[in-house]
Amino acid sequence: MGKNSLHVLKGINFSVSEGEMVSIMGSSGSGKSTLLNILGILDEADEGTYTLDGTMIKNLNEKVAARYRNKFLGFIFQSFNLINYKSALDNVAMPLYYQGVKRNVRTDKAMHYLEKVGLADWASHLPNELSGGQKQRVAIARALASDPKVLLADEPTGALDTKTSYEVMELIQGINDEGKTILIVTHEDDIAHMTKRIVNLKDGLIIDDSVVSQVRAKTESYV
Amino acid sequence: MSKLFSRDSWAEIIEALSSNWFRTVLTAFGVLWGIFILVILLAAGNGLENGIKQGFNGMATNSMFMWSQTASQPYKGLPKGRRYNFKTDDVPAIKQHVQGLRFVSPRNQLGGFRGSNNVVRGLQTGAFNVYGDYPEIIQQQPMDITSGRFINYSDINERRKVAIIGSGVQSALYETNEEVIGSYIKINGVNFMVIGTYKKKGNNGDPEEMQKEIYVPFTTFSQAFNMGDIVGWMAITAQDGYSITDLKSEVFDVIKTRHTINPNDDRAVGSFDLYEEYSKINGLFTALNFVAYFVGILVLLSGIIGISNIMLIVVKERTKEIGIRRALGATPWGIRAQILLESIFLTIVSGMAGIILATVVLWLVNYQLSTMDTSEMMFINPSVNIGVVFIALTILIVSGLLAGLIPAQNAIKVKPVEALRTE
Repeated sequence: MGKNSLHVLKGINFSVSEGEMVSIMGSSGSGKSTLLNILGILDEADEGTYTLDGTMIKNLNEKVAARYRNKFLGFIFQSFNLINYKSALDNVAMPLYYQGVKRNVRTDKAMHYLEKVGLADWASHLPNELSGGQKQRVAIARALASDPKVLLADEPTGALDTKTSYEVMELIQGINDEGKTILIVTHEDDIAHMTKRIVNLKDGLIIDDSVVSQVRAKTESYV
Repeated sequence: MSKLFSRDSWAEIIEALSSNWFRTVLTAFGVLWGIFILVILLAAGNGLENGIKQGFNGMATNSMFMWSQTASQPYKGLPKGRRYNFKTDDVPAIKQHVQGLRFVSPRNQLGGFRGSNNVVRGLQTGAFNVYGDYPEIIQQQPMDITSGRFINYSDINERRKVAIIGSGVQSALYETNEEVIGSYIKINGVNFMVIGTYKKKGNNGDPEEMQKEIYVPFTTFSQAFNMGDIVGWMAITAQDGYSITDLKSEVFDVIKTRHTINPNDDRAVGSFDLYEEYSKINGLFTALNFVAYFVGILVLLSGIIGISNIMLIVVKERTKEIGIRRALGATPWGIRAQILLESIFLTIVSGMAGIILATVVLWLVNYQLSTMDTSEMMFINPSVNIGVVFIALTILIVSGLLAGLIPAQNAIKVKPVEALRTE
């Protein structure tokens, strides 16, 4: 953090209800990542309130913040952020480890989510033995592992080619179909249109918030 | 605390440390070397101490030797420069007046270093130290009786003309394999029957000269060599729990009163305080121990700094990983505990390796020493006791904690959002 404070967000007011799939768009510097960080309790707003599942998120100490992150939120990053020296299975099991889940229960659950993203056969592989799409799917499995209320994805397809991007989006759509709330930060139009609602940010303000008809990322139709 | 014993946190630690084997081993070597030096230095100090104290082997260290000199001050009409001698009556007087003395042995001596030949047997002659002694002297200045026996009180009471000779005397006066016990030697023209032989141990003084002594009963000595009731010098030992250094002024006072010497005359009685010398040597080894700890701990410290350094780098390298972990729900304390445990674990494992290495080296040295005759060596049985090992372990745990403290603090200082931003 620099010494000079910079007000990135200048009055954002919006709410997301359960089961929604929202994409946040905007050019770089529009404040979309900052917004996501605040939503992810990784950062805190100077003013205003943020209510997550009926809980006011304000002035939390790090311990409580860590617990909320673990309980409520699942993160998906552009650069996957897997831990390099842990196998895919162990990576997925990490949120459960921090929940204090017993080892064998943890392994079972993690395996279940790996199956869900179609990587059960790769459970013992290290991240650098996986392709980009596979890494991101492991990351999605990890985000799901703690059964969070909200999935926050920061440019989940930013490092992937189009085909793989659509595969990943298809997976995310499937998760949303099961009723999970998902927020995606992206600057790609086609990705944004695969969600159900697009929020457009510019210079820290919402300039557009509209419900769109979701485009299904059926892989076959694009190949 | 539960973290400390959970299999998961240990699995995490092993995973983290083994992710860069070579660096981990190099870092560990610093601590290994430090604890190795510490243990070896302490053991070497111990070995030297054992060797030096072997010189005092069995000797009553709480002892002093006392002889008469000349009065240096006039007193009660007597002139200064007056000579006097201890008398046999002084012995019971000292025992009576001074509490806490164990032995008061009067001694007389004949001959001396490079004296003229004073002992004759057949055609052989030799110059030897001849002592008139009481039986207690063997408990003050121990010797191994290799055959026969030492002086006893029957010899003292009956003034038997018997002698105990050293191995040096034996080799000068006797043929090899010749029967010694029961033979006669002539000391200053008086025949004595040899009833025993001795060999002295220890390495203080001249080991060859020490074997060239002849012991005869004190009373016999006085009569045979016309000493009357004169006592040449005394060997006085204090009881356990008393210090001869504290008691000796009382002994001097008794002597001064009995021989009309000015109480302030410090030069009238000569003395050598063995206990004081022994204390000095003890002090020396305390200092040596201190130096060993000092040097060892400093070397260890540089190892610790190495660990701390590496942990800082590890934290830096894993900033992103720490960010991920915190995004996934790791508490700051969880992160701190992991870094601390890693550092302590690394310190203890490498420290144990150092202790084991030092143990092996000591075992080899001891094995080598055990094949040699150590009785006259300055260095025996280098070792450290289990207490020292525990002290070393405690130092290790504490220093592991210290080494991890700053890096751990650094690790949680980074906000998760910033940690994730580093690409």
